[in-house]
Amino acid sequence: MAGEFPLLTSLIVVPAAGSALVAVLSKRRPDTVRVVGLLTTVVTAALSVYLLVQFKAGADGFQFTSKHLWIEEWGISWNLGVDGISLFLVVLTGLLFPLALVGADPHHDTKPYLAWLLLLEAGVMGSFLALDLFLFFIFFEIVLVPMYFLIGGWGYGERIYAATKFFLYTMAGSALMLVAIVATVFLHRNATGVLTFDVNELASTQAIGVSAARWLFLGFAVAFAVKVPLFPLHTWLPDAHTQAPTAGSVILAGVMLKLGTYGFLRFGLYLFPEASRWFRPLFLTLAVIGILYGAVVATMQKDLKRLVAYSSVAHLGFIVLGTFAFTSQGLSGGVLQMINHGVSTGALFLLVGMIYERRHTRLISELTGLQKVAPVFAGVFTLVMLSSIGVPGLNGFVGEFLVLIGSFVTARWWTVVAATGVILAALYLLWAYQRVFHGEPDEANRSFRELNWREGLVLAPFLAAIVFVGVYPKPMLDRIEPSVKQLVAHVEQHTGFVSPEPGASGEARP
Amino acid sequence: MTVLAQTTAGQRAPFVGPPIDWYGMSPIIVLLAGALVLMVAAALTPRWPRGLYALGTVATAGASAVLFGFQWHRVDEEGPLGLVGRALNLDHFGLFVAITICIAAALAALLLDDYLRREELDGIELYALLLCSALGGVVMAMANDLIVLFLGIEILSIALYVLAAGHARRLDSQESALKYFVLGGFASAFLLYGIALVYGATGSTNLADVRAFLRAVTLLDSGLLLAGFGLLLVGLGFKIAAAPFHVWTPDVYQGAPSPVTGFMASAAKAAAFAGLLRVFTQGFVDYQKDWKPAIFVIAVATLAISSILAAVQTNVKRMLAYSSINHAGFILVGVEAVSDRGTAGSLLYLLAYAVLVLGTFAVVGLVGRTGDSDHSLARYRGLGRERPALALAFTVLLLAQAGVPLTSGFVAKFGVITAAVDARSYAIAIVAMLAAVISAYLYLRIMVSMWLADPVAGDDARERVRIPLSAGLVVVLAVGFTLVVGIAPGWAIDWARNAVPVLAAN
Repeated sequence: MAGEFPLLTSLIVVPAAGSALVAVLSKRRPDTVRVVGLLTTVVTAALSVYLLVQFKAGADGFQFTSKHLWIEEWGISWNLGVDGISLFLVVLTGLLFPLALVGADPHHDTKPYLAWLLLLEAGVMGSFLALDLFLFFIFFEIVLVPMYFLIGGWGYGERIYAATKFFLYTMAGSALMLVAIVATVFLHRNATGVLTFDVNELASTQAIGVSAARWLFLGFAVAFAVKVPLFPLHTWLPDAHTQAPTAGSVILAGVMLKLGTYGFLRFGLYLFPEASRWFRPLFLTLAVIGILYGAVVATMQKDLKRLVAYSSVAHLGFIVLGTFAFTSQGLSGGVLQMINHGVSTGALFLLVGMIYERRHTRLISELTGLQKVAPVFAGVFTLVMLSSIGVPGLNGFVGEFLVLIGSFVTARWWTVVAATGVILAALYLLWAYQRVFHGEPDEANRSFRELNWREGLVLAPFLAAIVFVGVYPKPMLDRIEPSVKQLVAHVEQHTGFVSPEPGASGEARP
Repeated sequence: MTVLAQTTAGQRAPFVGPPIDWYGMSPIIVLLAGALVLMVAAALTPRWPRGLYALGTVATAGASAVLFGFQWHRVDEEGPLGLVGRALNLDHFGLFVAITICIAAALAALLLDDYLRREELDGIELYALLLCSALGGVVMAMANDLIVLFLGIEILSIALYVLAAGHARRLDSQESALKYFVLGGFASAFLLYGIALVYGATGSTNLADVRAFLRAVTLLDSGLLLAGFGLLLVGLGFKIAAAPFHVWTPDVYQGAPSPVTGFMASAAKAAAFAGLLRVFTQGFVDYQKDWKPAIFVIAVATLAISSILAAVQTNVKRMLAYSSINHAGFILVGVEAVSDRGTAGSLLYLLAYAVLVLGTFAVVGLVGRTGDSDHSLARYRGLGRERPALALAFTVLLLAQAGVPLTSGFVAKFGVITAAVDARSYAIAIVAMLAAVISAYLYLRIMVSMWLADPVAGDDARERVRIPLSAGLVVVLAVGFTLVVGIAPGWAIDWARNAVPVLAAN
């Protein structure tokens, strides 16, 4: 690939450079700052779409790889690549940032806000593209800093508490991962004599002993479980989401939580297939607990944003369920659901943000009858909500259905319990919708403003994605499936786990 | 010496002094000469323009660093050698630490200039003492003999006791110096007693001889030797501020003038660690089974105590004192590995931290404003609005101390963790990383105060933070170094890897 345009590198460098540029611009000219910020995200979005177009569908393995030696002494290189698993996450990141930027106003200190947001984008992009453990860790950890400042600087009431909790929780997870990364590399070196942080190399040799690999997997898994978040490690999420500014919540839910689920796929299953299989019951159980717990707690919430935050815990549980199903449908569904959740929850957070802008409250009890005064707004909310519930014909259904089919054949009882989560999702969202939108508007809600053009334009891509993926998911699945099949084959090869063929008789159980 | 030898030639065999490698000694001589010239010239001539003293100190430290650089190349070509009859080692290890100390001295001198102007103090002697102290540190880093190590520690410490009392009109400063002096005296006593016991057990104070003896002879009763190890560890543990010998640190760091605190945390710590590394991982390497558990316990205790106690402080200088103890714990993780990788990791950490901590104390000194007395967290409130560039620089330095990637702090932490994992000390690596998370809370609190805390009435009445040239330069250099090493660490890692200690055997 030498001599070609370094597409993946530019996906990281463009937002990072934009961030630096914004930082040196004068804060007395907020309009210039805003234009530079928006332009940067738009260019990045265009690059990510170009990547999508150029990506060879139906091919497995990594594409657009670029590898340059960085720290020779430690065997570390600037190693990027994209496959079907990360492709749509990259595109989602590229598209979500400009939308979040236009869709939510920081209200004060635009310049540092934009600088942090762009730095965040660079970090998230890097995390999805890195194929070097060290590089991945750097991006994984660096995203904490801009997110910390975004929540702490532009959030709501309890923002400092929430930001600190977010930072320390996530850092604690990645602290163990760093030790696991280093141990992985050194145990690999002891076995093969090669000191390398290259994920592909580490995954292909599988040189680490069984019990050591299980410990190492656990080190990685804690970091990802915090990020996802999986059940007992989720408590930072409601606080961070509720206190974060709208754009922060959109990015947090849309792409940053996916760092955890993506991590499980790329660094859990791929690097430690045997250990993943060994811990499979544990993670399936935690995923199912997350689905039910998130749904039940969401039902109880008084704050609309907190409700959406807990619904994320439930949705992410489905993704983890699909991941640990170890079947190609389950994994494809999980990857698809990562995107779907990003789209629908991102849109939900934008909508809740718009409600807050208008009413300065997010308490369900203070909102009523909005459907009467803002029918279009209510309509958009309905569609997004239905997508989040997983109604057939919309994107959420495709992902959840694939996850459930994929996991049913290999994890039947977990799936049976998880399926009830689908019903609970309908319960908490519809009930909240009923309380907020139905009925007669009272005095305070009568002046609720209808969706304006700008907000409509921001939401339109979300709606288009929701319907398009719901009706015609094939183009996405065509790109996701080869990589997923390869990963399943990798797991089968190294564990003896037999993943039932799609369409084969239902008796094919492991 | 030769004259003396000739006059007594009649009775005894002539005393022949060891050959002196003047070129090898030149950087040390430059430091000493710089200190003396500064002292004498300043006393004999009318008052110089203020900046000149600092400039003289920086020039001396710089010249010495350059000469150490020449020696580095010489060692590249000729291999390591002993100086002054094997009293000192001329090896990459010693040179690496010596250059670190020179850098620290130069940066501290720049800070001192600004400090003395603001506090309206005369302080020529402080510059001379700073150079003396650096000289002591260099001697410690290169010492090949326990007695020479002790000499180095005393030169370093006595100068530091006076430096801590550098602000003659502030009671805090006096108090800090007295505390440091009394406890430091105890530590020296422990160290000396330890040296005596090791001498008793092995018959030599020369590290190379001690190692050779321990390798050749199996001691029937090693009690004397182990007691010596223990006492040496106490003495050096005090200097590096490791738990449980850390209790002086917060008080002394809080009271001493900020530039001196920065120097203490960088140069004194580097010198003491150099001594610890050379004595234990080289001299006593064959008995590592005996002393390694002690280092393990000390490291874990240091990491745990410092990170937890740091969280409850309200004075920034005390916070940074606990953070400095925390960093000592991290460096001990590298020592505990007892490997070349561990030594390289510790050295890299020392260099990165020396620059970081001086940059940090530069900002602390500026925000402390005139008086250098109030360092409460509340003083940092609103700094992000008043001085965004300074606040941003401080944020970078704090994030680096917390070990966030793309800063030298991360590279340093990664280096020692790598060494620990390589030596299969997984437990200590995990403890260290978790301690890093707890101590991150401390840095977050300072950042919250700078950027996020709401202003309080009366904030506007505070004196504005001024940024004089010299202190600003230190901040810029420190931040630049932090980011450069963070982004392109290859060269620094390479240097540190080359800087493995060698004991001159003859």
